[in-house]
Amino acid sequence: MEMPRPNPDIIARKAELVSRMLEVLPADAVISDPSETRAYECDALTAYKCPPLAAILPSSTQQVSDALRICHAMGVPVVPRGSGTSLAGGALPTADSVILGVARLNDVLDTDYDNRFIKVQTGRTNLSVTGAVEEHGFFYAPDPSSQLACAIAGNIAMNSGGAHCLKYGVTTNNLMGVTMVLMDGTIMELGGAHLDAPGYDLLGLICGSEGQLGVVTEATLRILHKPEGARPVLMGFDSNEVAGQCVSDIIKAGVLPVAIEFMDRPCIRACEAFAKAGYPDCEALLIVEVEGSDAEIDEQLETIMAIARTHNPVELRQSTSAEESARIWLGRKSAFGAMGQINDYMCLDGTIPVSQLPFVLKRIGEMSKEFGLDVANVFHAGDGNMHPLILFDANKPGDLELCEAFGAEILKLCVEVGGCLTGEHGVGIEKRDLMVDQYAPQDLEMQMAVKDVFDPKWLLNPAKVFPLQSSESHRIAAE
Amino acid sequence: MTILTPESEADLAAIVASADTPFHVQGGGTRPIGGPTNGTPLSTAGLSGIELYEPGSLTLVVRAGTPVAEVEAALAAENQRLAFEPMDHRGLLGTKGEPTIGGVIGANVSGPRRIQAGAARDFLLGVRFVDGSGQVIRNGGRVMKNVTGYDLVKLLAGSYGTLGILTEVALKVLPDTVTTATLSILGLDDVSAVAALSRALGSPFEVTGAVHLPQAQGAARTLIRIEGSEASVAYRAAELQKLLAGFGEVLFDHDTAANRALWQDLRDVTVFHDRPGDVWRLSVKPSDAPGIVASVPGAEALYDWGGGLIWLLVPQGTAPAVIRQPVDDAGGHATLIRGNRNAGVFHPLPAPVAALQDGLRLKFDPNGLFNPGLMGQTA
Repeated sequence: MEMPRPNPDIIARKAELVSRMLEVLPADAVISDPSETRAYECDALTAYKCPPLAAILPSSTQQVSDALRICHAMGVPVVPRGSGTSLAGGALPTADSVILGVARLNDVLDTDYDNRFIKVQTGRTNLSVTGAVEEHGFFYAPDPSSQLACAIAGNIAMNSGGAHCLKYGVTTNNLMGVTMVLMDGTIMELGGAHLDAPGYDLLGLICGSEGQLGVVTEATLRILHKPEGARPVLMGFDSNEVAGQCVSDIIKAGVLPVAIEFMDRPCIRACEAFAKAGYPDCEALLIVEVEGSDAEIDEQLETIMAIARTHNPVELRQSTSAEESARIWLGRKSAFGAMGQINDYMCLDGTIPVSQLPFVLKRIGEMSKEFGLDVANVFHAGDGNMHPLILFDANKPGDLELCEAFGAEILKLCVEVGGCLTGEHGVGIEKRDLMVDQYAPQDLEMQMAVKDVFDPKWLLNPAKVFPLQSSESHRIAAE
Repeated sequence: MTILTPESEADLAAIVASADTPFHVQGGGTRPIGGPTNGTPLSTAGLSGIELYEPGSLTLVVRAGTPVAEVEAALAAENQRLAFEPMDHRGLLGTKGEPTIGGVIGANVSGPRRIQAGAARDFLLGVRFVDGSGQVIRNGGRVMKNVTGYDLVKLLAGSYGTLGILTEVALKVLPDTVTTATLSILGLDDVSAVAALSRALGSPFEVTGAVHLPQAQGAARTLIRIEGSEASVAYRAAELQKLLAGFGEVLFDHDTAANRALWQDLRDVTVFHDRPGDVWRLSVKPSDAPGIVASVPGAEALYDWGGGLIWLLVPQGTAPAVIRQPVDDAGGHATLIRGNRNAGVFHPLPAPVAALQDGLRLKFDPNGLFNPGLMGQTA
């Protein structure tokens, strides 16, 4: 993976940078010893590593502003980092960059149940946001798989989703306001406890901008009362086509499940072996979950199961207890872990129109044979967000490259059928060079023009999202 | 004055590329919101038609000039709908013409269900637009989950045609519901009403509308909408009646046709049609709403979104500061919807935010061709 050549002049000024950081940050918030900066050399895309020049851990918005102002003046690139769970390399440093970690910004600033929001510092983890409000019966809806570890800052940067976004939306639909610091140190507020901020929708623009437009230090998030209950039903089918058709029929019937998860045979087997969830041995499995009171759940599941029966399921089973529901979900949620037991794997994240499911799965099967690498499919079928897991052997020379080439072909296929490269993981460095397959040059230019406005010197996370070739003229113009 | 109405995206792009004087960009021209603009009228009404509709994927791709009525009819035929419930501004603004879907997106128009389902911008999956240089730009797509690159889709929603001229939009649609019911409590003062609405919205019973009509419009009515299957609506109504019993008697009406008409009137702010005076739209924290309303002399209010949205009727020519000051003090924003459009329609932005907004506008429309004077600090 190509990264811009580190600037030797900046590396030569490391001592000056560190001493200036120490003027605005406490000593334990400035990490510059190479044995310690190594902790920040990668995120969850571990194939690529590079220790940063330094890492800083500010504990207030003002400290973030002071530190950014210094980096801005010295021309030092800054890579913002939430909890480092990005699968796309969003927090990968370069040797001349400073990692700005938000881990110490983890306070709850306000909870307001009457007006249904919580205001937090953005280093707080996703799950602990819900943790702060659940004793009052509330929750924060976006639920990425990494929710135990991932930070709200990263959720905003990547516009994270989760299994339940068919009903509740993704981060951008649940974000009401932010405190953001621009690269030059300017602190600003966007939105707040009211809806639909005035002027252009800058909140919508910064959500999913991968830490390239500003550093978000505080966030006002919408909270909702938990549903009275939820219950999943398992459906097994003879073929992916039939399962795909069933998904479409359920949606057309006017029922809106909170989640529709899809697993194919390789994934079912791995998860069953790992979690013993009682999954049937079949070609395709759906987990469909609905919410409400017991009677409301019964009514919705009756409709859903009637639709499923018209597709001759090999298995059709409602959960009968909380334990069984938990086991059904455990299987799904341990999919990545289960695949990890078998081999190294790469997790993709393309989205396709739901109607293209059967075709895309068939093509992935064919490509799997062409590349000689196994692939398991698990995904959020209701919204078409696929997570093909390609198995490879990291110790076998050339296997990673083969796996990446296969992954790129799958993502291009997603674009060809009307979908996109990434549904919830972000572009980072991983899908950077594929952006030209989804967007025309003028489309990318317009996006980069937005970065020109927020960060004219292109210092914030500059080597991400856009192909280096495309962004080169912007980065050079900024020097 | 002649209105330019290009029949294709390519024609529109060519018109913009060769232009040296500004345009007044519009869809159906039914929502004249924002400062007046003197450019040549340019309408997207010629770019009409549904490109793709897949009910099983909850996806609709439609040209920007397509009438909202045509979109809604196509969805209704499949028992689906635009869940963000865009209001029709014609009654309130006294305009004529055919509202277009592009106009809905351009002004980010959402109705009472916004409180539960989200705003127009939340349902917008993708856009095509012509920028100020005459280039056709694409962003987003037609799928529900998409974080590929920057989200210019949201930026275009609510930009009132000042960043680009929309030619095509892709929308997420949702299933329609069988039963629409309304719970009502009579005679509540504004503070109690907002508290009751907050209680309902903070419950698990999926309230999809939360409106309070104060005493000025006859007996004060606090209205809560629930939608779904008949059995589910009956169950939730009973639970909400228990939950809200402390606020007074909670009446239940499940006449779906009558309730749909009622909520359409609330959506379109019918109580202020044909009434003299200026109309403002305030977005605030719900619990701040009654205090803000009380601080404006001679104001009548309709509270929507559980109090978060205030429609305010004030004497004609009321100085903007009278409304904006209490909103600024509490946090929120106020837009002049009907009144003297030279008076500053949009809420002034803090300097750093305004600087970003101006910078973006210059990138998208470098020659200032689109709706000059419409948004920005002075209008």
